[in-house]
Amino acid sequence: MNAQATSGTTKIRHKRWVKAFHWIVVLSFLTLAFSGYEILMVHPRLYWGEVGNDLTPALIELPISRNHKHGGWENTIAFSDDMDGPVSASRTFDIFNQNGWGRSLHFLAAWFLVLAGVAYFISGLFTGHFRKHIWPGRKEFSPKLFWKDIVKHLRMQIPPTTGGPQYGLLQKTTYLIVIFLIMPIAIMTGLTMSPAVTAAYPFLLKIFGGAQSARTIHFFTSVTLVLFLCVHLFMIIKSGFKDHMLYMTLGKKYEKE
Amino acid sequence: MKKNKLITRRKAIVTGLTGIGALVLPGCGKKLPPTYGNILRMGDAFTYVAHRTLLPGQSLAKEYRYRDISSFPATGTTNPADSSQRGYNEAYEKLYRGQFAEWRLSVEGLVSRPGQYSLADLHRFPSRTQITRHTCEEGWTAIAEWTGVPLSTVLQSAGILPQARFVNFHVFDGFEDSIDMLDAFHPQTILAYGMNGRDLPIPHGAPVRLRVEKQIGYKSLKYIQRIVVTDEFVDTGDVGWAWYVGI
Repeated sequence: MNAQATSGTTKIRHKRWVKAFHWIVVLSFLTLAFSGYEILMVHPRLYWGEVGNDLTPALIELPISRNHKHGGWENTIAFSDDMDGPVSASRTFDIFNQNGWGRSLHFLAAWFLVLAGVAYFISGLFTGHFRKHIWPGRKEFSPKLFWKDIVKHLRMQIPPTTGGPQYGLLQKTTYLIVIFLIMPIAIMTGLTMSPAVTAAYPFLLKIFGGAQSARTIHFFTSVTLVLFLCVHLFMIIKSGFKDHMLYMTLGKKYEKE
Repeated sequence: MKKNKLITRRKAIVTGLTGIGALVLPGCGKKLPPTYGNILRMGDAFTYVAHRTLLPGQSLAKEYRYRDISSFPATGTTNPADSSQRGYNEAYEKLYRGQFAEWRLSVEGLVSRPGQYSLADLHRFPSRTQITRHTCEEGWTAIAEWTGVPLSTVLQSAGILPQARFVNFHVFDGFEDSIDMLDAFHPQTILAYGMNGRDLPIPHGAPVRLRVEKQIGYKSLKYIQRIVVTDEFVDTGDVGWAWYVGI
């Protein structure tokens, strides 16, 4: 097959540690997305700032569980004589809540992602993986070339896989954004929801504008990552699903045939 | 016969492995929390160790201004005196009728002076007021002002012994939970009897609730009845919820 494509005589293949990291991320991300969705179902309201609950206005209300606008509350009671001030109300509705396992599973998967991520960053820096394969070279990058690559993608002119980390410009840019921007924001906003972590590092609350803002940003980063996954899968199918799977798993063994 | 033998052998292997485990892990002679939900709670156990190792021990949770106080939903048990609720308790109903004049907080276990504290006794201790954010496991947050006595003050007044490692709480609506010494002696861990400048309302845990500001809301137990200090982690079984929830 034309696995060699344009790379000439030297065939660069995915390194073993890159492949291992890739699949750890696949597993942990799918688990995080699944458990994250469960957690969101328990309280499908998003807010901005430090505070947000059923007695305060929401930014977005998602119709994703029976908890959506359930309205099962006793009459509100004001905390003070100021009737426009903060209130309390007792909940009478038996909400959907599977967070007992949902949260524990989420954090278990998060540990795998964070620990593997740290190892990946260190390896990526010291082996030159980021410099050689992810960061676009000077000759590669210009607005013109960037535009050209976008047009190519829109016309569905997608070359078959090279079997290694020889990425296109748009591909490199996407990976850069996912690895160095979205993933770190997802992890940091996750930590900003932790009372123990924010007690130690209150600056996290300042960066993201509060615990509820962090939760909202966390939601949008995960939506972005799911969209990335969809596009990623689409591109893999377009450029040879079977080849990609073999190069990302067995690698060299496959080529000997 | 054969079956019996098989079980005996299996038992022997298990016993043998446990013995090896005990040799390999001499530091784990005492039970470490949580002791349930092996695989699922592995991340929580790891989080607990990571937080206790990496985070500065006594850093304070953020405190807010008076005008930041927000509306605050009451969830879970909202009145243990209401016989139609799951957390109904007859003894609590009696105390509630007597406006908690007869309520006593029992402090027991590894303390040199076990005893009972009335509401008036707790009010006599120096108080602490803090405006903090409650982070519920469900995903919502709310800010309130809490007034109460630091748990450390009560524990020291009862003469807590040096081998103490955990503080266990028994409450009127049937729950049981514990915290470690770092949380128990944290300056913001208080037994709150006031909320937003008034007596603690029934839906929020009257007459006294716990505030553990560096963990998720459900560690701040409502309707406190009894405190037991232990040197071992008391396994209350898997209630379906993680024991350490600083995250």
